[in-house]
Amino acid sequence: MTPAIRIEELTKDYAIGFWRRRPYRALDRLTLDINPGEVFGFLGPNGAGKTTTLKLLMQLIYPTSGRAEILGRPVGDVAVRQRIGYLPENPSFYDYLTAEELLNYFGELFGLDAVARRKRVTTLLDRVGIGAERKLQLRKFSKGMIQRIGIAQALLNDPEVIFLDEPMSGLDPLGRRDVRTLILELRDQGRTIFFSSHILADAEALCRRVAVVAGGRLAAAGRLVDILAFEIHGWELVMSHVNPEMFARVTGVVRRATEISPERYAFELSLDQAPDRVLSDLTAAGAKLVSLNPMRDTLEDFFMRRVAEMGKGARAPLAEETDARG
Amino acid sequence: MRAVRTVAVNVFRESVRDRVPYNLVLFAVLLISSSYLLGQLTAGQDVKIIKDLGLAATAVFGLFISIFIGIGLVSKEVERRSIYALLTKPVSRAQFIAGKYAGLVLTLAVNVGVMTIALYAVLAYMVWTEPPTIRAGWDAPGIDPALLKAIFLIFIELMLVTALAIFFSTFSSPILSAALTFGFVIAGHFNADLKNFDKVVSSRAAAMLARGVYHVLPDLSAFDVKTEVVHGLPVTAGYLASTAAYGLAYVAGLLLIATFVFSRRDFK
Repeated sequence: MTPAIRIEELTKDYAIGFWRRRPYRALDRLTLDINPGEVFGFLGPNGAGKTTTLKLLMQLIYPTSGRAEILGRPVGDVAVRQRIGYLPENPSFYDYLTAEELLNYFGELFGLDAVARRKRVTTLLDRVGIGAERKLQLRKFSKGMIQRIGIAQALLNDPEVIFLDEPMSGLDPLGRRDVRTLILELRDQGRTIFFSSHILADAEALCRRVAVVAGGRLAAAGRLVDILAFEIHGWELVMSHVNPEMFARVTGVVRRATEISPERYAFELSLDQAPDRVLSDLTAAGAKLVSLNPMRDTLEDFFMRRVAEMGKGARAPLAEETDARG
Repeated sequence: MRAVRTVAVNVFRESVRDRVPYNLVLFAVLLISSSYLLGQLTAGQDVKIIKDLGLAATAVFGLFISIFIGIGLVSKEVERRSIYALLTKPVSRAQFIAGKYAGLVLTLAVNVGVMTIALYAVLAYMVWTEPPTIRAGWDAPGIDPALLKAIFLIFIELMLVTALAIFFSTFSSPILSAALTFGFVIAGHFNADLKNFDKVVSSRAAAMLARGVYHVLPDLSAFDVKTEVVHGLPVTAGYLASTAAYGLAYVAGLLLIATFVFSRRDFK
């Protein structure tokens, strides 16, 4: 199966400094394959190289080395743009145009005839929730409304592959929910969606596979559940009816005990401690089980740790390469 | 071609929304008030002055539009980041440059067209109000079609200046682009002097340098036939054709280099 997006050893260096120019590696030998029809999360903290990657794929910037293909065609092929959609990070458009005029303008560039354009523009503006503001100039739009028009223009040509750079940025909770629903709808229609985000809940809600970048390098890639499952580092046991005398039974076993409310405690156990023994000791003394959960790294923790390991902004090479082929 | 046309129409729409046509009102007011004042002060020379003034104002107003809009055509797209969405549509960078250029040329054509109509309207009024004895003393007819020759070359010059502005804006800031374009326009109007520089300097190196600069800079003085037209002197069709061909070749060269530079640019 030909991947929808193929990225091979993609690297981007910038020259920084005014007097003494020196190279700065924004992206370092990124290799990824994204399958057709999947929602792929491209995650990382700010400055990790997400937007650089998207701009390389969109040919807004050119790679120092490496190559990329979309739908089997080199990214530089103008014809491939007929089949893709792109939402830039913090999009900005022509403030003298109305929402309808903007989409008409872009629709003309896609070669849609007047009838098809009118129909598509109306459908999309209604779909992203700004149908009532279609005649309003963009200078009067809020940030959230601009984000919505940005999403609409990315879908104008009914694209096969959609690139969304921080699609939830600037949206209120309702807007975020709408965009999530829209992405899932697009997935169900067989579209490939490559979206970047530093909002981890979005990735967890939408993606089966993700890649995590930090410091310009691929830190991990694969199924989200695998990445998170691998990072279980202990257990959290929540008990009620706990009195101070019971602590003697679990001293040395429990890593930390936190009082949630009177007689209700959360006990943290390290991974090598069997939670069932602590549970049976406490229940024997009269405590009652509320919950028992594995303590997993969130992607936030993952980012933080990787960034710390790699040195912030150091763009150091990874200790080991991660195979990101899907 | 579709992409170029679509981008061009949007540039025209932007110039209209940015109130560029307001300059036409200023032009009309300047011309009408001048004709009224001159009618009070001079006898016989007023129509010549109006022609001079009308042609000069067309050139100057056009020049300001060419430079101040031209330098922003590319840089504004980059600054407001609208270029990210635009260049990811089926539009090559060459088409983007061509479309931006064509859009501003369209704006200029409409402006120059309206200014021409306004000039002829004022001249028609003067012909109508002046007595036949005064009209008989004019060097050229009041409503002289030859004015179109001067306006044609003004328009070609404006096309060239627009190409210069776009060329500079593909790699420099708006302020620097404006300064460079103005510099080239001023130098371009004195360029003919460089051609014969060897007759006034003894240094062979200086003369060769001047000759080299002469060939690189546009010779804008060639586009100025206002004096000839106003005084009823002949401007041949051959001269018009060769000067226009020179201007258009220069435009093509500038746009090619602008496209080359722009096509290699990163939009960080």
